[in-house]
Formats: sequence, structure tokens, C-alpha cells
Amino acid sequence: METIAFKKIYTKLTQITKATCTLQASGIGYDEMAEVNGRLAQVVKINGDNITLQIFSGTEGIPTNAEVTFLGRPPMLKVGEDLAGRFFNAYGQPIDGGPEVEGEEREIGGPSVNPVRRLQPSDLIPTGIAGIDLNNTLVTGQKIPFFADPDQPFNQVMAMVALRAKADKIILGGMGLTNDDYLYYKNVFDNAGALDRIISFVNTTENPPVERLLVPDMALTAAEYFAYDKKETVLVLLTDMTLYADALSIVSNRMDQIPSKDSMPGSLYSDLAKIYEKAVQFPDGGSITIIAVTTLSGGDITHAIPDNTGYITEGQLFLRRDSDIGKVIIDPFRSLSRLKQLVIGKQTRADHPQVMNAAVRLYADAANAKTKLENGFDLTAYDERTMQFARNYSQSLLAIDVNIDTTQMLDTAWNLFARYFSKAEVGIKQEFVDLYWPEEKK
Amino acid sequence: MEKSKKTNGVVSGIIANLVMVKADGPVSQNEICYINLAGVKLMAEVIKVIGNIAYVQVFESTRGLKVGDTVEFEGHMLEVTLGPGILSKNYDGLQHDLDKMEGTFLRRGEYTEAINSSDEWDFKPLAKVGDEVIAGSWLGEVKESWINHKIMVPFKMEGTYRVKWLAEAGSYAASETMAVLEDANGREYPVTMVQTYPVKLAIKAYTEKPRPFRLMETGIRIIDTLNPIVEGGTGFIPGPFGSGKTVLQHALSRQADADLIIIAACGERANEVVEIFYEFPHLDDPRTGRKLMERTTIIANTSNMPVAAREASVYTAMTIGEYYRSMGLKVLLLADSTSRWAQALREMSNRMEELPGPDAFPMDLPAIISNFYARAGYVKLNNDATGSITFIGTVSPAGGNLKEPVTESTKKVARCFYALSQQRADSKRYPAVDPIDSYSKYLEYDEVKDYLSSHVSDEWINKVEEARNLLMRGKEANEQINILGDDGVPVDYHIRFWRSEVIDFIILQQDAFDKIDSSTPMKRQQYMLDLVLNICNTPLEFDSFDEVNPFFKRVINTLKQMNYSEFESEAFNNFEKELIATLKERKAA
Repeated sequence: METIAFKKIYTKLTQITKATCTLQASGIGYDEMAEVNGRLAQVVKINGDNITLQIFSGTEGIPTNAEVTFLGRPPMLKVGEDLAGRFFNAYGQPIDGGPEVEGEEREIGGPSVNPVRRLQPSDLIPTGIAGIDLNNTLVTGQKIPFFADPDQPFNQVMAMVALRAKADKIILGGMGLTNDDYLYYKNVFDNAGALDRIISFVNTTENPPVERLLVPDMALTAAEYFAYDKKETVLVLLTDMTLYADALSIVSNRMDQIPSKDSMPGSLYSDLAKIYEKAVQFPDGGSITIIAVTTLSGGDITHAIPDNTGYITEGQLFLRRDSDIGKVIIDPFRSLSRLKQLVIGKQTRADHPQVMNAAVRLYADAANAKTKLENGFDLTAYDERTMQFARNYSQSLLAIDVNIDTTQMLDTAWNLFARYFSKAEVGIKQEFVDLYWPEEKK
Repeated sequence: MEKSKKTNGVVSGIIANLVMVKADGPVSQNEICYINLAGVKLMAEVIKVIGNIAYVQVFESTRGLKVGDTVEFEGHMLEVTLGPGILSKNYDGLQHDLDKMEGTFLRRGEYTEAINSSDEWDFKPLAKVGDEVIAGSWLGEVKESWINHKIMVPFKMEGTYRVKWLAEAGSYAASETMAVLEDANGREYPVTMVQTYPVKLAIKAYTEKPRPFRLMETGIRIIDTLNPIVEGGTGFIPGPFGSGKTVLQHALSRQADADLIIIAACGERANEVVEIFYEFPHLDDPRTGRKLMERTTIIANTSNMPVAAREASVYTAMTIGEYYRSMGLKVLLLADSTSRWAQALREMSNRMEELPGPDAFPMDLPAIISNFYARAGYVKLNNDATGSITFIGTVSPAGGNLKEPVTESTKKVARCFYALSQQRADSKRYPAVDPIDSYSKYLEYDEVKDYLSSHVSDEWINKVEEARNLLMRGKEANEQINILGDDGVPVDYHIRFWRSEVIDFIILQQDAFDKIDSSTPMKRQQYMLDLVLNICNTPLEFDSFDEVNPFFKRVINTLKQMNYSEFESEAFNNFEKELIATLKERKAA
């Protein structure tokens, strides 16, 4: 929509709440942006002439005679090659002191891809981390969150995955990121010489929480530009989605909506799905992969935020500190990549699925043995062996500091099998045992 | 019923996809209307009326909509178009053909035809001039792919009619008049191959709904052997995320012994639908040798598509199912996931500021769910042919807790319960159907028992019972072992536990990604259950408990290799010989 020379200014608010204000106006479109005393706001409710605006940065100090102008458009982002290497706030305005980006203005939160025009994701994303590549292989076009407690090093792991993933563009959507973490990302990407392929939309803890609601849509509008228009592989990092959901609940609360589970709005599932489903493999090569962070409180995944997320995303990655080896590992039990079936044993060696499952099963036996031990029971020889296996497996494969290729991971697993178990105990298809069982190296 | 003049209206309020419309004439509940937004028409459905204000839920994004925008009411409820050409299509929740839409992104207000009215079909009359007919009577048939697609008297027509004229055999466009019917007063009604029908009303063109009895084979052992579902039966699969609901549903859609599969992808991941789009055209139906896509229709309302259309999508799927059932076909309807549908109801109920029920779901949720499940079933048609809709829905309980409104409401109506357990999924025991908690009510039906005795074997029900008991006893033994310690219980407890593990690993667990193991025909299931029970009934001798585990590991390993081998192949037989030799080692005198 072109700029209108004359904009009507309204100066009479009829109602002000913590996050919204209401005024009488006509000819206003739903979702339209407005400015209230210079603060950005969006239309969230229209009832006859009464227009309710959500003011992103809050209503503190807004008077009843505030100047309101409507912008005649939904939130937009200017997209272009110039986005690369830049840092923006939640409104898409530069915060790195650089110039405004020149380019086409696009509505954010645009339409979704027709499912029949999607391509089945099929390209493996190697990360070198065996806990991911071996057990929970990532695929382009996938959406997957880290479920982590706040004290876990998810930002480090995510940055590592992003840099190793060899994406054309990495788009960081930071919501409620602490300033320190924001600088951490900036430094890591800078040191890796990757800054020219990074685009960041950042809302830090210093900014108003409701602003966060714009961040994922901004990041994904930029992602769609590069993935669809430019046919690039784009990796989107969203951290922290829990804070995004918290902002949703603030808004819904102030709109007097009836909360559902855990005080979250009833539409939480749809709200999150709209974001995550932007992950896509386009037929002509471009793709958007989303890796997100959902922080948990005390590891509770039954809370509405991780629970709804788990139903939307294609798996989840859990970090856990393994006290036996004193390292952070990718938890093989609770982590899952749903799309791994599309690539493992196809783009990797044929024994991959069976080796993966056998190792996890034996690791589960070790966990049972450990429980037995803790309950004061004697262990069988088999129990002892599983526990030794588990320690080694954790150390050489699950730990996040592992960096080897998939074939090496598989060979490592076979060696561990042979060291601790008989062929029957491992229970893998005979043809693979014949091929890969290391003979007599006890 | 049809209104002579269309009612019009103007938008007077907007909250997300709930729009208030001031109407200038009569409006009915669930009536469809179109809202004009700058030249684009947005479809919407009336969900509440107060005075002259109609509350409508818009099936699209309302971004940019303004007060004063005009609205046209259509005078009918949300309808699907029924006729030849539905098979193998990919529709959205409102039955718009996704393949016909232009561009990579979905555009608001882009509504494509469900059926090409110009497509020609080879018609063969089945009725004669002078025949008395009622709604659902077969007038003729056309060949739709491999199906004899019946051209029926439209379901909306009430009362009895006489066939006044019927087209001769030949090729006709779907929109041509195929028959002229005449009522008692001599009024004439032309009938084409295509008809419309409201999705919220059940198609009742049948004489009775007898109790179902015929086993529907799925090739999944934990279903067919332990908790069988029957043609015309209902079942549901609740489970936390990551427990394998979707993999199980996909296995059902690939392997189930049905004529037609309708998949309602309701508020789930787009990539899951894409998997079907890409794989089904290449996969063979093992029973017919045709491509799987030839028997599959997909209704896709993925989680990022408009919420209101999500609610409609399950009804669209059910109505299409009922249409094909009326042709005497056995239809399998899968909905993944009914929780997303319930959530869509919750979102609207919330926006309308209704008083909430448990977990903020609408109060009438149990009634809505039970009405929907009741539309499935095995029916006897007017001409004594039979047809069926078997319905299996998944439920995604919040936090994996089965004590939540959607699971509880569904449990009251669905006859088969396939509870997916987080614990089994964590230990990669797939399919993670809990053998103790799950049940099939159909095993209690005398009709089903008779069917199984005569079609599988006399002893079948008893054997299944025995397997179930062994599993229970194994679980109890395991609990004892965990409490008292390995050497705190008699060796017998260990044997008992490991016998149940044999059943678990060989009968219950199944590799959905292995070519051979993924689908087990009934004959093979019978063979394996006999073999496994035989092992469980073989008296064994061990000196101490730590010999039990390695022995049974070997037994399980050999049996697993059998599961991975072609049935009765040389490899299969060799593994069986190996197994018998292993058993001999420990066989009690």
C-alpha cells in the first residue's frame, strides 16, 4: 500500500489497559499497524467503531489524548540481499548503527505453503555430534527444538550446530535473549568468519516482552525471502520459544480470554504451529530449517509449552549432564528426530538404523541395571557389562564434544558392541553382523 | 427450503477469525457466507446468531478486513461435492483441490473445484425406467479408477420417486443429466453424477446398522492378534508426542484390508502429509498390486492452515466416507489428530465467550465426539449390499496424561483402545501400544468370536487369551524381581518374565521400517503365535537365574531373524531349526 499524504490523527482514547487501548475510528483493517504517541501498535479487535490496539511496548504513560495514527498496513519487513550481516530489533529496524535496508516491503506472518507444493525433506544435515547425527539425524526442512533447563549450554550447542550445518544463511530470532547471550552469538559467528551470512532479529530482556511476538515472523519472512526467492538453504534459530509463549499469555490475559492449561491461551498450539510450520523444503532447492530452544522448568515436559511444541515439531533434542562421565550429552531416550527415517540407512550406511536402535536398547538395559544397583541388588555379569558399555557409549558417542562423521560413529558403535556383548545380545540382522562385527579384538 | 432472495450483510466487528455480521434477512445456524475483502471472497460459517447479528467463523485469515465490508449468505450449510473423481485427490479441509491451486503459497479465497464437472465417465445403468427409488438407490455406475462408482439418487431427496428416464450406457460428462426422477405429484427432478451434501449431517441411506463382525486385517500383530479391529469398528490411539502415533497411522493406511482409505490430516505436520504424497503413488497395495494412492484420498488441514477449517476437515472426510460406503465399499477413515479438532472447537468457544468446561474445552465436547464416532459403522444398504466405515482417530493428550477431556470423551465411544506408552517408546519397543492397558471390545462380541473361530482357528481366541495371561504374569514376575532382587525370587520367576519378553519381542514389537516385518498376514501371525506359545509352554530347566537371561536372548534373537525373513523361506526354516536346537539344550526331562 502506498503512503497516504494525509493521515488522520485521532486523539481520544476511550479505554486504556496495561497492554491495550481502545478508541473510536472507522475504515480500519484488522491486523493493521498504528502509532500511539510514537509507539507501535496493532489492531487486535474491532467492534463497530471501537478499535482495540495492542501497544507492543506497553501503555505506561499513555494519556487519553494520545495521538493515534493508523499506518494502513500490517507489520512489514523490507527484504533484500542487504539483510545479510545485519542486526535488527523486533520491528525490523537496524540496531547495529548501519543504514536502513533497501528492498521490497513484505507482510510478515504471510500465508503458508500449499502442502502439495512441498518437497519431502531428504538432505541430511551433518553436525558431527554423534548424539545428533547417529541417534537423531537432522534433515533440511525440519523443525526441531532443544528442550533444556536454563542452566544447560543450549546456546553453545545451537551455535555449534548452526556453524557446522553449512547453511547459506543463518537467521537468529532472539526472544528475551540476555544481552550477554546476544553478544555470545555475535562473537561466535564473528570469530567463525560467518557474520556475512547471519541475520539477527533480537529482542533482549531489556526490551518489552510483547515485542517478542513479532520476532519469529520477522525472522521467517527474511528466511522465506532467501529460501524461496533466492533458493538458498536457510537455518533459523529461535531462542527462547518459552519466552515467546509467555508473551502470548500476557496478551491473551489482558484481552480477557479464558486461559486453558498452565494459563496459556487456548490457541497456543495454532500460534506455535504457524511459526514452526514455516520450515519447508521447496522443490527448487531452497529450504528453511528451524532449530529452536524451549526452556523447561525443572525438566517438566508436560507443561503446556513444551507439550504443544512436541506435538508440532519433528522431534526434540534433550541435553542432560551425565554424572558418570561428567559431560553434557544428548539424551538418547528422550531425544527424537522424526525425519531421520528419511535419511538414515539411505544417505548413511545401511546398518545405521539397526545399530542406532541396538545401542539405545543396550543403554536402556544399563539404566535398568543402575536402578537395580541403587536399590541395593546384586548385579549379574550382563548388568555389569551393560554399565561399562554405557559409560563408553556416553563418552565416545553421546557427549556433545564429539566431532566425527557418521561412518566413524557406526564403526565406534560396532567396536563397543563387540567389546562388551555377544552377537545374540546385540540382536542385529545377521547380514549386518556378518559385514561389520569386528572379529576377535577383545 | 431454498430462499428466494439471498440474505446480505455487512461486517460490524472482528476478533481474529470470529466476525460479527449485521444481516438484512433470515440467517440459519451453520449457514455458509462469503465476506468480500477487497475483491477476495472469504468463506465463513455462521456459528451463533443474536438479533440481526450473525457470528461467523472465517475459514481464512481476516487480516485487513474492515467494518462495513459486505457479506453474502449462501442459504445452505457447509457442503461437500460428491461424485466420481474424488479418489486419489488431495483436498484441503473444505474439499478444495490442493493440486489445482496456483503458486507455492496458499492464497486466501482461492477456492478450487472438488470435482471436474467436464470430466467424462463411462456410464452403465443399473436401474430401469419405472423403478421405485429412494435416496441412495443405485441408478448406474461408472468406472472410477478400479472402483465401480455408483451413481445414486441424491441423499438430500426425501420420499419415494420413480425413474422416468435413465441415460443409456455410454460416455457422459459429470455435469450431464443421467436420470430424471418423478415424485408422486408428477414433479420431475433431473439427476447428474454429482451431488452436494452438508457435512454436519450423517448420510442415512441404509436400512440397518448391524453389529460388525468381520476382522479387518492390518498386518500389525499387536492389533490383529491381541486387539483386533473389525470392519465398521471404531478405535482410537492416544499417546504422548514421540510415541509413534503417526507411524502407526501410516502403517494402518498402507496395510489395512480396506477398499478405500480416507486420511484426514487434521492440524498435524505438513511434512507428514507430504510423506504420503510422495510415497503412496509409488507403493504397491500388497493385496491388489495397485498403487496405494489409487485407494487413498487425503483431506489435509495441516497445523498452519486456518483453524476453523480444521474443524470442518474431519466432517468433510467422514461425509466422503459415507458416500463411498453407500456404494457397498469398505472404507477406512483415519483422523490424525482428533485433539486438534477439539482444540479448534475450544478456540472458537473461547472467542465467543462461552462458559468453559474442563480444560477450557466447550461443555458439549463429549457429545460432539460421540456423534462423530457414531457416524462410522457397518451398514446394510437399501439393496441388501453392505458397506462399512472403520474409523480410527488419534488423540494427542496434553502432557501425555490420559485423564483429559478429549481422551476421556473418546474412550466412552470408541470400541478399541490402543494406548501408546511413553515407557515403551523410550525403550524403543515399537509399536508402543501398551499390551496391558489396551483393549478391543470386539473380542467380547459373539459375532466376532464366531468369525475368528471359523476364519482363523477354533482355538484362536483361547490362544490370544493365553498370550495375554502370559504377558500379565510376566509383568507381575518382573515387579517381584525388581522388589526382591534377582536372587530373592525363585528361578521360575525369571523364566516367567522372559517368556513374556518372548511374546513382547516377537509378537508385539514390529519393525515398521522393515520390508518384511512391517506387515504380517494373518496366516503368518497365527504361525508365529503358535510357535511362541509352544516355546512358552516348553518346560525348561536352569541351575541359576543368571542362565535364564542369555538363553532367552538367544531364543529371541533367532525368532527375530525369523520375523525379518520371508515366510517359510529357506532362511526362515533354518532359523526355526536353530531355535528348536536351542530349546533342546534346556528342555526339562
